[in-house]
Amino acid sequence: MELLCPAGNLASLKTALNAGADAVYLGLKDDTNARSFAGLNFTPKKLQQAAEYTKKCGKKLFLTINTFPKPGEESRWYQAIDLAADTGVDALIMADLSLLDYAHSRYPHLPLHLSVQASATNLGALTLYKEEFNIERAVLPRVLSMKQVRDLAKVTPVDLEVFAFGSLCIMAEGRCHLSSYVTGQSPNTGGSCSPAKHVRWQEAGNDRLTLLNDVLIDKSGLDEQMGYPVVCKGRYTTDENHSPSHILESPTSLNTLSLLPELAKANVVSLKIEGRQRSPAYVEQVTKVWRAAIDSYMSAPEKYQTQQSWDQALAKVSEGQTTTLGAYERNWQ
Amino acid sequence: MKTSLGPLQYCWEKEKVTAFYDQVAQSNIPLIYLGETVCSRRRQLKFSDYFALAQMLKESGKQVVLSTLALLEAPSEYNELKKHVDNGEFMIEANDMGAVQAAKERNLPFVCGPTVNNYNFATLKKLHQWGMQRFVMPVELSKEWLTSVIETEQPIPFEVEVFGHGYLPLAHSARCFTARQQGLQKDNCQIVCLSHSKGLLAQTMDDQPLLRLNGIQTQSASLIDLSNEVEQMKLMGVDYFRVSPNSLQSIEVAEQILQQPSSDKTQSCNGYWHQTAGFNQVSSS
Repeated sequence: MELLCPAGNLASLKTALNAGADAVYLGLKDDTNARSFAGLNFTPKKLQQAAEYTKKCGKKLFLTINTFPKPGEESRWYQAIDLAADTGVDALIMADLSLLDYAHSRYPHLPLHLSVQASATNLGALTLYKEEFNIERAVLPRVLSMKQVRDLAKVTPVDLEVFAFGSLCIMAEGRCHLSSYVTGQSPNTGGSCSPAKHVRWQEAGNDRLTLLNDVLIDKSGLDEQMGYPVVCKGRYTTDENHSPSHILESPTSLNTLSLLPELAKANVVSLKIEGRQRSPAYVEQVTKVWRAAIDSYMSAPEKYQTQQSWDQALAKVSEGQTTTLGAYERNWQ
Repeated sequence: MKTSLGPLQYCWEKEKVTAFYDQVAQSNIPLIYLGETVCSRRRQLKFSDYFALAQMLKESGKQVVLSTLALLEAPSEYNELKKHVDNGEFMIEANDMGAVQAAKERNLPFVCGPTVNNYNFATLKKLHQWGMQRFVMPVELSKEWLTSVIETEQPIPFEVEVFGHGYLPLAHSARCFTARQQGLQKDNCQIVCLSHSKGLLAQTMDDQPLLRLNGIQTQSASLIDLSNEVEQMKLMGVDYFRVSPNSLQSIEVAEQILQQPSSDKTQSCNGYWHQTAGFNQVSSS
């Protein structure tokens, strides 16, 4: 079972590999990937250094090119694919049909992973991408229950990767327009959800107002823990409930340490840690815990138990300092 | 350009749905999409009921397309989908790549709904090769985007439809937000969606309407209204202007909208069309 960790920069990449990651994923410094934040990601030169370092460690590097090019702008995405092939990355993580087609026809030996942004949740979708573009692996959206993952794993024509830990998208990824509805910026095309330039915090008496493009998405106490300001984790009222609440989801992170044996038994090949936008310290902490957990399971599967110290360490770096099993757990749904 | 009536996104009692489509049959709307696109737990109408409605509408002279779920999770949902594709009479609207595959492997033509990610011409061409006859532009895209797609290849080898009026489907989740509002879990939701005939409005803490909870689907609180853009769309070569119904009045709206822009723009939005935040209302072009 592969431990796949995020790298927002070279420091995070080295940290992840030294802390026990089997593979790392990263994006270029432009809008070809869905974590296009200022100060993050890799220039072609840094990508080369990243690839060399990863190779030296005997580990794998995957390049994320998972946004959808707009008409007339395709060349930037094609160049990213060409660059990846030249650099010798171990796989491309992509979602757009035209890009999968481009990569598959030009670089048939370059392994393709279907990004979570392609939103493939079922056998039909996986079969299509396998038949047409020979994808090797698919990253499952965070909308399936553990049973549904198990059922899909029994029939899937490709390897499956799942999200194991990190910020929790609660919508079918790649098809969520909440960010663009409020800010005009879409993770599908612009490169991030709730881009920082639209976020504003304002103090009002004892309250802190969280504004996204001037829309009040949350109001919290000055001492309260805050999550990243996204529409799906805001507090709202409804006609039936006039006291504001997190009607979609509260700030929390996904943590599947307790599901590790089930994911392994289902033949999930890779556990993905979310967080390319997070610090090297986060990457180190999370990678170490998951390395220990996977090693513990592999050495004695029947004896595996989640250690309290692991959960505590992960809770510290979690949104709102709380964690959930998300959709894996039927009751969450 | 003609009008189309999108699938009913809400959960209504069977009698209400039947009465609705009886009235649709009497209307002048040429293209009707029919079927459950949001949640497989909504079983007020079974596939056989939709099929019967489709035949009734066809006999009234309508072109009918059977719409399918936007989010397919359980194997049972995928198997049910295959039944829709195998109906032998009507084209399907694929709202997920799984449905595209089901149509493609049977060499059947299909329409791509707004929740299939079509962001460039090369992608659309690929889908066209696989049998796509028409596509509904993803809701977050703009007039400028559509113009460049249409201008890439003349004549464009497939039809173009724009989601022009109604509440926008913005996202789909494993979680049922309507049930959660009632303290219920999805598996025991008691079909609470029946109580919200056009979803449940959610507002910010300073009373700005923002979202509309519709089961596992999150919609826009504002109604997209592109009726002022009809002439522009005709010039661009758009084939269908979609009205997404939320009440019996939607039939009237669909019957008139190409002749007469709606005058009431309160609580409406058109931002996406003008390449800005979706909820914006940009003044007339």
